[in-house]
Amino acid sequence: MKKNWPLWEVFVRSKNGLEHRHFGSLHAADAEMALENARDVYTRRNEGVSIWVVESKDITASNPENNGEFFEPAQDKVYRHPTFYDLPDEVKHM
Amino acid sequence: MSNEQIKEMEIERSRSLEAQFEERILRDEKIEAKDWMPEKYRKTHIRQISQHAHSEIIGMLPEGNWITRAPSLRRKVALLAKIQDEAGHGLYLYSACETLGISREELYEQLHSGKAKYSSIFNYPTVSWADMGAVGWLVDGAAIINQVPLCSTSYGPYARAMIRVCKEESFHQRQGYEIMVKLANGTPEQKEMAQDALNRWWWPSLMMLGPTDAESVHTEQSMKWKLKRKSNDELRQQFIDQTVPQAELIGLTIPDKDLKWNEERGSYDFGEIDWDEFWQVVKGHGPCNKERMDARVNAWEEGEWVRDAAMAYAEKNKNINKAV
Repeated sequence: MKKNWPLWEVFVRSKNGLEHRHFGSLHAADAEMALENARDVYTRRNEGVSIWVVESKDITASNPENNGEFFEPAQDKVYRHPTFYDLPDEVKHM
Repeated sequence: MSNEQIKEMEIERSRSLEAQFEERILRDEKIEAKDWMPEKYRKTHIRQISQHAHSEIIGMLPEGNWITRAPSLRRKVALLAKIQDEAGHGLYLYSACETLGISREELYEQLHSGKAKYSSIFNYPTVSWADMGAVGWLVDGAAIINQVPLCSTSYGPYARAMIRVCKEESFHQRQGYEIMVKLANGTPEQKEMAQDALNRWWWPSLMMLGPTDAESVHTEQSMKWKLKRKSNDELRQQFIDQTVPQAELIGLTIPDKDLKWNEERGSYDFGEIDWDEFWQVVKGHGPCNKERMDARVNAWEEGEWVRDAAMAYAEKNKNINKAV
């Protein structure tokens, strides 16, 4: 038959209170196998309390070649940062 | 615009992309999978990362030889865990390699056809239990020296994989050295076994750090891309300087009559390495090249029906869910 196992991306929450973080990828036939393989490959030493797996083909990523125009709108908006505003030196708690 | 002009513009464009790329690396920026990269960078990384991945999974075979004969349960669980780690390291590295646009199947195909290499050290046999000690202590020791600098290499996915690998590797070396400590302090026969393992693994371990700088073809480019941060000879010297006292500590003798502390250099001088042996093994004429390859190819081929069955089951379930 010769059909290759699809690729999955693995996200692990290392402890409650922290977000899931991308750990890597692996091949598995289905989601359940992907979860079990992710446990064996990425959490052999208690690195996680929760795992997400998602098929790599389902992720839409931005293209770094378009980074210029894609992220440019944020660059000239210094007024989004607290340091943009002129305040008297004496003011406290701000 | 004429075709020639267009061509020239394209060459110019790729030249400036390449210059920008080299500058990014100089600034210690990481390169990520979807970033533009020169074709040579991609190819060199596929070659090195896959070779590294192949070494991890072929490296499981010489140790697998002793799982059922480990002398105690403690030794057995440790050895099993170490070998499982190696499978894991292989997987981290294959994943990193796949981000460069090559499939897992192609990578396996290159290994199985002999097109891709793996570390030659695994073509030596593991004939006694002491070899489990020597392999962990020396082979993993040399691997750590090779790998630590790679944690800051320029290709992001490779660097991240190496950080994980290095964190896990130090247990491997410690469990190996502990086996040697035990044997070296045991009966005369046990000590002799440890010495014999050191005698056989010492030189191949030195060769693991690669050809001499004068012979090494990839060093200069690899240095630029931070695929390499120290030369083979520097790494080898570092390995020798840190390993010799570890042997002395447990009363074992390094099998090199020319080994001598050099006060001036603050390093050990050492004897001539038999590079003919090294190239023989690289070219496929080591004691176990064929055995290793056969074991690997068999495992892959005989596992095919399992992979197919898992896939068929997954697809059947998907269709049932769709129908509902």
